[in-house]
Amino acid sequence: MENSNKKNSSRREFLKTLGVGTIATAALMQGCKPNNTVVAEGGVIGEVPKDKMTYRINRNTGDKVSLLGYGCMRWPLRINSQNEEEIDQDAVNELVDYAIEHGVNYFDTAPVYVRGWSETATGIALKRHPRDKFFIATKMSNQRFPNQGMSNREVYNASVEMYHNSLKNLQVDYIDYYLLHSVGGGDGRSLYESRFIHSGVLDFLIKEREAGRIRNLGWSFHGDVKVFDHLLSEHDKGNVHWDFVMIQLNYVDWKHATGFNINAEYLLGELEKRNIQATVMEPLLGGRLSRIGAQALKILRKLKLHDSAAKWAFRYAGTPQNVLTVLSGMIYLEHLQENIRTYSPLEPISEAENTALEEVTEIMLNADYIQCTECQYCMPCPYGLDIPAIFGHYNRTISAGERLKSSNDENYKQARHTFLIGYDRSVPKLRQADHCIGCNICKPFCPQRIDIPHEMQRINVYVEQLKQKSEF
Amino acid sequence: MLRKIRIISASLFFLFITLLFLDFTGTIHQWLGWVAKIQLVPAILVVNTIVIVALVLLTLLFGRVYCSVICPLGIFQDAISNISGRRKGKKNRFSYSPAISWLRYSFLGLFVIGLVAGISIIVSLLDPYATYGRIAANFFAPLYRLGNNLLAFFAEKADSYAFYTTDVWIKSWITFGVAALTLVIVFILAWQNGRTYCNTICPVGTALGFLSKFSLFRIQFKVDKCTNCKACERACKASCIDTKTKHIDHSRCVTCFNCIEKCKFDGLNYSVSFHSKTKNETEQNSDNISRRNALSILGLLALGSTLKAQQLHVDGGLAAIEDKKIPNRNTPVVPQGALGTKNIKQHCTACQLCISACPNNVLRPSNKLSTLMQPEMSFERGYCRPECVECSHVCPTSAIREITTAEKSATAIGTAVWIQDNCVVNTDKIQCKKCSQACPTGAITLIENEPDSDLKIPVIDKSLCIGCGACEYLCPARPFSAIYVEGNVRHHTV
Repeated sequence: MENSNKKNSSRREFLKTLGVGTIATAALMQGCKPNNTVVAEGGVIGEVPKDKMTYRINRNTGDKVSLLGYGCMRWPLRINSQNEEEIDQDAVNELVDYAIEHGVNYFDTAPVYVRGWSETATGIALKRHPRDKFFIATKMSNQRFPNQGMSNREVYNASVEMYHNSLKNLQVDYIDYYLLHSVGGGDGRSLYESRFIHSGVLDFLIKEREAGRIRNLGWSFHGDVKVFDHLLSEHDKGNVHWDFVMIQLNYVDWKHATGFNINAEYLLGELEKRNIQATVMEPLLGGRLSRIGAQALKILRKLKLHDSAAKWAFRYAGTPQNVLTVLSGMIYLEHLQENIRTYSPLEPISEAENTALEEVTEIMLNADYIQCTECQYCMPCPYGLDIPAIFGHYNRTISAGERLKSSNDENYKQARHTFLIGYDRSVPKLRQADHCIGCNICKPFCPQRIDIPHEMQRINVYVEQLKQKSEF
Repeated sequence: MLRKIRIISASLFFLFITLLFLDFTGTIHQWLGWVAKIQLVPAILVVNTIVIVALVLLTLLFGRVYCSVICPLGIFQDAISNISGRRKGKKNRFSYSPAISWLRYSFLGLFVIGLVAGISIIVSLLDPYATYGRIAANFFAPLYRLGNNLLAFFAEKADSYAFYTTDVWIKSWITFGVAALTLVIVFILAWQNGRTYCNTICPVGTALGFLSKFSLFRIQFKVDKCTNCKACERACKASCIDTKTKHIDHSRCVTCFNCIEKCKFDGLNYSVSFHSKTKNETEQNSDNISRRNALSILGLLALGSTLKAQQLHVDGGLAAIEDKKIPNRNTPVVPQGALGTKNIKQHCTACQLCISACPNNVLRPSNKLSTLMQPEMSFERGYCRPECVECSHVCPTSAIREITTAEKSATAIGTAVWIQDNCVVNTDKIQCKKCSQACPTGAITLIENEPDSDLKIPVIDKSLCIGCGACEYLCPARPFSAIYVEGNVRHHTV
């Protein structure tokens, strides 16, 4: 049974992200039932199961991996005494301890996450636990090296250094899951070749696997499907053995991947054919599937009255048997608790439920959303824009049902006011969409393949319509 | 009774005109814009004969009511003087002193010369309304905005959209300095001796004073009732009552009625004058300076340094943004309604009302001697947005004439100029499209730079450019934009 207090805390989170009075939260609020068993201090800590987590077995090494994997791409930040931002290590320790205590054992990080601080922070938190209690995943994030004018030799040296730094920062002498980070991005095949083949980095990593310092070697995929197919054909030919692959999987991307994303149905199918297990990223599509709007929520609530949209999305991502673990970046305890509950144990998505989610997908696809997952890969913009913040504000407006279709809309006055004031609050004036110069530098770094300059212009057109009070 | 009427109406006028300077939402001027337009110097500059004649008649009938009720600087001094008078032993601190006529008329002469010769700096420095405007714009408005920002801060915490944050910045250090200096002078003079400024420096005071010598209604001694107690003389902030000779200097009397209120013997009245000399009798004491509803003006001086700041708050994940610098423009850019640089120079009294009202942070006071403190435009913090004609609505002198947004979009106040060496196409070797995208009139197109390069550079169609500054503001080159606006001496019609 869902606990209503948990609903409460997730509601608070939603309020934070959505602003006031959105339809989605209004619907969620109805989940608050009077049969509340609130523990003092507002927690439901005692009620999150510790021993019911669903595990999947790695067919390669026999690892018993928790279905909920901890994504370490977003750790909580705090301001230190020098007035600088840093990772809130105490909060990280608490979250990691709580996760391990409740059966989570897969931690996924990368050298570039959280401005390069993630590995160290994750390492510090995990060091406090026995090494056999957790699996660690990190990545070769050398995707920008070739474009910085490095020669093959230099790419190799810098990449090997990055690998050794990962071991050092994580304070471990072996890595359980090592990934070629974001394969298929940039210009696709040729970038892959310069990162891993011409430079010899892949050979180096294979040797490391032979030496036992990498227990599983795989890659995370974004973008060009030709690269995906190419890497699998290399596997088929026996040139390289892939132990696992990380793909983007959620109910929208299953059949309706947008931009340059590839339908997860295809990706997972290809992996299954080769008996390669998948780890899953973006189960919530950058949080989008946790705020799906009233119309979509209504469909889901008919089947499960109390379940949050997020829970539905996680259940969906965990349902395929070939999925080893589903990653979620959780910086609040409440999110961690909800996700632990979802997978303790997993209740697979039924046929009827799947149909409902397809309906929801239809609704989602018609929305005006920008597919930004706020991963920050595009940042920093050399001309100072805060790209994820701009998209975030715009998307929040859409989820709140306040993206005006016309200047004659009934809520025009209020929605205009809220949008413009909220815009200035979320993004400093000099970092707003009007400052985008269309240089396209950011574009190759977006794993969602958003045409960032184009979207910036689109948002700015909307901003100008509102500012000038013009008819539209 | 008369005094109460004076105080209430003066308080209202003062509040109204101050609100004009404080408001940054562009709503108040619709209701209260007229209070700036009935000020004498603005009326002269715009040759508003109705207002001028009305004010002259008002003075000829009732004396210098203008100085007591309409002029914000006068009311401001009364407020300061009132607070000063609340100190122990300072209740009746005034006494008669003869007029320093040579100084008064010198200032008036200087002012007239400035007006006729078009030396705007003299006019704007001496105009009492503009003087108050500069004080309000430089000291009161920032405080008001900081208060608003505090409310906005709490509103944001509470997820309310009732308040929004506005920028607070010193728009010109020279103008700020002039405002600070005049504030200090006015404050000290008013604190010590009431209306000294009005009766020695202010040309409006002198001119109206000359008229009020002949005013129909005036304050006069009733010789038979006066006991020579000097209560009126001590209460006269204009120092114009001489109880010894029973003479009142009507050129300096601002008809505040304090003396009548003070007299316990009904020894003074406000009545039709027949130019009869009054004779003296005895004197007696009395105290109790009247209470007045004054606005608190304390704590305004200790402001200065706190204003700048609050600009870029860069956090680690964002590229730093360098502040833009003001380019050196050959011709200043002035707002659309100004018609050109000459017209605005002749008509502007530098009251700062348009500068306070500009919601896009475009207008700021000039630092050039010939147009000192008059508004000019620059685009480091925003550009002259198409939907806004705020400055043209608020201007009391028609230095900036009333225009519509349609007229605005068809007026070329300047022309964009491209600086090759600053352009990021050349410095960063990147294809930037900003200026051509930003241009609201499509005046900027991109063309091939060199035959062997596919990078394009902007070309400006001068017949389409209206000089709004969008390109200059949004240009990514810093600190100097690669495209900037040169003003048009006379504005063109597109």
